[in-house]
Amino acid sequence: MKLRGAVHKYGAHINTDVIIPARHLSLSEGADLARHCMEDIDAGFVKRVKQGDIMVAAANFGCGSSREHAPLAIKASGISCIIAESYARIFFRNGINIGLPLLESPEAVHGTKNGDVLEVVLETGEIKNLTSGKTYRAAPYPPFLLDIISAGGLVEYTKRRLEKAK
Amino acid sequence: MNLGEKILAAHSGKTKVSAGEFIDVRVDMVLANDITAPLAIQEFGKLGVNKVFDPSRVVMVPDHFCPNKDILAAEQAKLMREFARKHGILYFEVGRMGIEHVLLPENGMVLPGEVIVGADSHTCTYGAVGAFATGMGSTDIAMAMATGEIWMKVPPAVKFVYRGKLKKWVGGKDLILFTIGQIGVEGAHYSSMEFAGEAVDLLGMDGRFTMANMAIEAGGKAGLFAVDARTIEYVKPRAKRSYRIYKSDKNATYARTFEWDISKLEPQVALPHLPSNVRPVSQVKNVEVDQVVIGSCTNGRLDDLRVAAKLLKGRQVNPRVRCIVIPGSQQVYMQAMREGLLGIFVQAGVAVSTPTCGPCLGGHMGILAAGERCCSTTNRNFVGRMGSTKSEVFLAGPAVAAATAVVGRITSPLEIAR
Repeated sequence: MKLRGAVHKYGAHINTDVIIPARHLSLSEGADLARHCMEDIDAGFVKRVKQGDIMVAAANFGCGSSREHAPLAIKASGISCIIAESYARIFFRNGINIGLPLLESPEAVHGTKNGDVLEVVLETGEIKNLTSGKTYRAAPYPPFLLDIISAGGLVEYTKRRLEKAK
Repeated sequence: MNLGEKILAAHSGKTKVSAGEFIDVRVDMVLANDITAPLAIQEFGKLGVNKVFDPSRVVMVPDHFCPNKDILAAEQAKLMREFARKHGILYFEVGRMGIEHVLLPENGMVLPGEVIVGADSHTCTYGAVGAFATGMGSTDIAMAMATGEIWMKVPPAVKFVYRGKLKKWVGGKDLILFTIGQIGVEGAHYSSMEFAGEAVDLLGMDGRFTMANMAIEAGGKAGLFAVDARTIEYVKPRAKRSYRIYKSDKNATYARTFEWDISKLEPQVALPHLPSNVRPVSQVKNVEVDQVVIGSCTNGRLDDLRVAAKLLKGRQVNPRVRCIVIPGSQQVYMQAMREGLLGIFVQAGVAVSTPTCGPCLGGHMGILAAGERCCSTTNRNFVGRMGSTKSEVFLAGPAVAAATAVVGRITSPLEIAR
């Protein structure tokens, strides 16, 4: 699958409280959450973001709480994938589980500016910066995670396992 | 194998596991709260199963926005309550509940050697009783509710050894803030943290809960303590099922080991806006506060309230400060009442609340306005965590928080007491 979009770039330790503040956690629909996505750190994000855009960030993206509302808000805002130097572990699980692709590539993060246009091939982990012409590679998913991703997320993956067990 | 590997091996039917390995783990308890359960219930519904794997091993607690703060919160709590009744799972209603991570251990629902998963990042708290406990999102928890199993990657272990005895007014919160200050908010990324050494051997269970609780603030997957006589004394009268005690092997491998002499450690404070932005309290000068919060899954236990009461007894909260004390559970509340702590608080001008996570995550019961500052015994001080994005949260233990409430600026307890 090929993804293409403009970059919204952020720094290190972007936490779940700024991705979706707790005052909005009595919402659970993606579209409702997306209206408040990133509002405490980047109030203009919701207006700027276009379908397919790509979020790029430094280390430890998604640290903080376990709220799945965070990747849900990002996905529903139109972001097609995230590229970061590294992820907090609960956020990483949540993203994979709900079908939001998360790639790890410090080089791509360093070589990307706000507004650059990237093209990402999920299967190979190839990241092309169409603005600069440079190409980067993301760390490959372990086979175990690929099974979840290829099933379309954890719900489908578990459904299949439950059927097999019958 | 180290302690984490031992527990994970035993729960995945293997004789040996090692860091980096993907395994399917059998879980002993699955937890969700009023914020995370609604999403988990929705995903559970998509699986097409009609029951949870074991109703006696699934628990839901209305603690974050409960007692219901508004209509939307009330709807979420209702959804969770109805699911709990329908499936006959464990559930604690308002008036009988507590903050989940205070409540579950005191009810003997998380035990040594167990694997606990919860849709709450502070699930790692149960490492204090020697359980491998970790936070996950709602979809993961929905799958665990259905199958009683979850996938995990075996984490590398990092060992922390604290040499020496803690000084007066210095506790578990100061040790863990110091640790996060040293290693950073991703210093234990994806790792299981093992706490050891004289200082933690001498620490009471409440102080250990505080330390394990904040493992996540260093990026940790779990925060583990070896089971000792104190653990057994705590667990034995509470446990309603049998449990097994695991120990790290003498030749266990650790990715890293940190060792500190903490005999001169001062109370610690984490300045805005990261839990790793830590200073000794003596270096935090001229920070006046508008609010003090003493409570939460980090510091809402009896020992925390006892420390605060010692400092507030016969004193008054500074007239410019709102001080809010939140006992972590009904049991803590009742015992604090029996010991006269609640009277000391009210006499001092403190607002005492029913158990709730409330202000910690900017839910309710003490939200900050723009420009306001709070000294809080909670666990996170991110931008906007407790209210306005222009407010500030300073994290500390109950002794610094109580002294700060009296003086009106962040200070060491030594300023008002010996």
